[in-house]
Amino acid sequence: MEKSKDLASRAMLKVAESQELSTIWDRFAAQTPQCGFGELGTCCRNCLQGPCRIDPFGEGATLGACGASADTIVARNLIRAIAAGTAAHSGHAKHLAHTLLKSAEGRAPDYPVKDEAKLRGVAQRLGLATEGKSTSEIAHQVAAAALADFSEKETPVAWAATNVTQGRVETFLKYGVVPTGIDAAIAEVMHRTNYGVDADPVNLLLGGVKCALADFAGCAMGTDLADILFGTPKPVVSRANLGVLKADAVNIGLHGHSPILSDIIAQVAHELDGEARAAGAAAGINLVGICCTGNEVLMRHGIPSATHSVSQELAIITGALDAMVVDYQCIMPSLAPLAECFHTRLITTMPIAKIPGATHIEFTEEKAGQAAREIIRLGIEAFKKRDSSKVNIPDHQSVAMAGFSTEAIVGALALLNKDDPLKPLIDNIVAGNILGVCLFAGCNNVRVPQDENLLVMVKALARENVLILATGCAAGAFTRHGLLTSEATNEYAGEGLKAVLTALGQAVGLPGPLPLVLHMGSCVDNTRAAQVAVAVANRLGVDLDKLPVVASAPEPTTEKAIAIGTWAVAAGLPTHVGVIPPVLGSPLVAKVLTQDVKGLFGGYFLVDTDPVTSAQKLVEAIRERRAGLGL
Amino acid sequence: MKEVFVHLNKCQGCRSCQLACAVAHSESKNLFGALAETPAPRYRLYLEQGDGVKVPLTCRHCDPAPCLEACIAGALYRDERGAVRRWEERCVGCWTCIMVCPYGVVGREKERKLAVKCDLCHGLEVPACVQACPTKALVYAEAESFGAEIRKSAAGVIIGGKG
Repeated sequence: MEKSKDLASRAMLKVAESQELSTIWDRFAAQTPQCGFGELGTCCRNCLQGPCRIDPFGEGATLGACGASADTIVARNLIRAIAAGTAAHSGHAKHLAHTLLKSAEGRAPDYPVKDEAKLRGVAQRLGLATEGKSTSEIAHQVAAAALADFSEKETPVAWAATNVTQGRVETFLKYGVVPTGIDAAIAEVMHRTNYGVDADPVNLLLGGVKCALADFAGCAMGTDLADILFGTPKPVVSRANLGVLKADAVNIGLHGHSPILSDIIAQVAHELDGEARAAGAAAGINLVGICCTGNEVLMRHGIPSATHSVSQELAIITGALDAMVVDYQCIMPSLAPLAECFHTRLITTMPIAKIPGATHIEFTEEKAGQAAREIIRLGIEAFKKRDSSKVNIPDHQSVAMAGFSTEAIVGALALLNKDDPLKPLIDNIVAGNILGVCLFAGCNNVRVPQDENLLVMVKALARENVLILATGCAAGAFTRHGLLTSEATNEYAGEGLKAVLTALGQAVGLPGPLPLVLHMGSCVDNTRAAQVAVAVANRLGVDLDKLPVVASAPEPTTEKAIAIGTWAVAAGLPTHVGVIPPVLGSPLVAKVLTQDVKGLFGGYFLVDTDPVTSAQKLVEAIRERRAGLGL
Repeated sequence: MKEVFVHLNKCQGCRSCQLACAVAHSESKNLFGALAETPAPRYRLYLEQGDGVKVPLTCRHCDPAPCLEACIAGALYRDERGAVRRWEERCVGCWTCIMVCPYGVVGREKERKLAVKCDLCHGLEVPACVQACPTKALVYAEAESFGAEIRKSAAGVIIGGKG
């Protein structure tokens, strides 16, 4: 099987092969064939009497030792994955809440509030009194409200309840899936999936939806607090792919998910250009992003993205990466032994995310700038040991316009209609120039040739005049492949979509149309896309499950993607998944997720591994929604 | 002939061999498709626990084979590789083969009243169970080379090396 559609990845894979360096593709091959019970979700390890496995062919065991059926086991396993994903997203948000609190209390001088308007907007949305209060007082209130959202309360999680339509709130109340604490929702999943608690597969799945709504809250909080502390993204032009590494610079990769450290590194890096030059790097310091940390610093600082997801190892194999600084999530442990084959310093920074073989520099907000400088200096030291005979920087890089926060999109629309910014968007949807909207999210997955599903689907949907939003490593893939450009709009967009993006491009003063794909940020920033949908729904006076809006994770990998997909379904969106999740061991669970759930929330999962038919099905889903609105 | 042998110390009891066997004997040849088939595809090797040790039990393709000798319908035969196989159309579902198999590795497909047994994955270079084994506990080898491998390992133990 072809490993990647990305030419830079392919070039580096050749180098990996010639130097006998192991990559994720080799290790995945060594893992195949994989265990069918795991693939089907019918292996239960939740007690010490297990593992119990249900024979999918009905010949062997049909029940676990405790009597749990395949339906119970599959549902339990799935919602534990949702809880794990929720823990990750909301852990990221909680970290930001602590940072904001320290900022408000004057304990973190490197973290002033950068976007006061957003801070006040968030406070107002939460119903906090802001009259006559100072920025730090409001920041303190918002941070306290954020931290309060984690424990069990008598009231709904604020970041969930204030970010959806009233119709959604009623639906969520009706089915008992309103979370009253983010950590509480995670803990509840762990409780109900414990030995001998909840055995009803549908009840378990509703518990999963409740937890996924806590994930939604965590994501929304992550976006809000990051914007408050580091600024709300505005359109920015940068470049992407491994060609952004420079032979004559100290190349430092920022990898993981959090802006808390990476944004400070971005702020101070150029102070040390002189030291880098003195070490022989004529071009000074060159920061590059990897995965969602890369998205965060691309969106706010225009820092180029080197690569994403499955190809993260390849950045080291260029031989030109002097340091890779990591925070948390999606950081493969394989990076450490690989870095040892080169001069690259792998630097872990978070107390909960250490990797054997890496250098650990513990990061605290109180001394952020100091840690950032120390890390950059390690990169400069490593640069001195770079072996130029091992340097293989591939040629490939693309121009990319990113930075499309909700505020940026609404701001662009406001140039067309100042008093009613959403009207131009709605009018074009009604007129059919825009058939609907698709949010592409999620990762790369080693089972799929890197980017293939994403590329086939985005081009097919754009041709059908579907407006494309993207986040996370899905957005990363489009960034690397040059789809965040006016040229891509001219080449791939249908006539109606092209006309709309051209009008918007002119309005914002671009020489051409807006990019084919609007990059909305990292994976927590999926809630930016939800915000746009909620605003449109409120403006039209219909609920989210009526809008011609769909979501797709064509190449999902992480448990976070499962959590996001579940809240997208609960939000009412037809949600495509391009990799088969471990649920087929229970035909009941599979049916609930793909069919029955539609009757409850309006959204549903659409599982298809073929990108061509997947795109067709999403277009059909959009047409069905349009017909429902009489369009 | 090549046969399926088992390194008894390597089996983890994961049953991957059984799933792979059923899929190899399905119409769709993939796990997700096989699940939807009626009758459900059957696996032809078994996993038992003997004295704390996990033991995959596979057809030994005995020669002479008790099942083949006992089949009153003449439904069992030995193919060109030496594997004992079954003609579907001749099997009458009397289960005599099940009675006489010393390993208990002949099963039945109740829906169509057919005896089902290992055919060494006719048409595949390596049987599906062997391909699926994550610990290489199952090997597809000539009896002589399997024995030679064990002797080599035993020699290593005797001289105190790693084998």
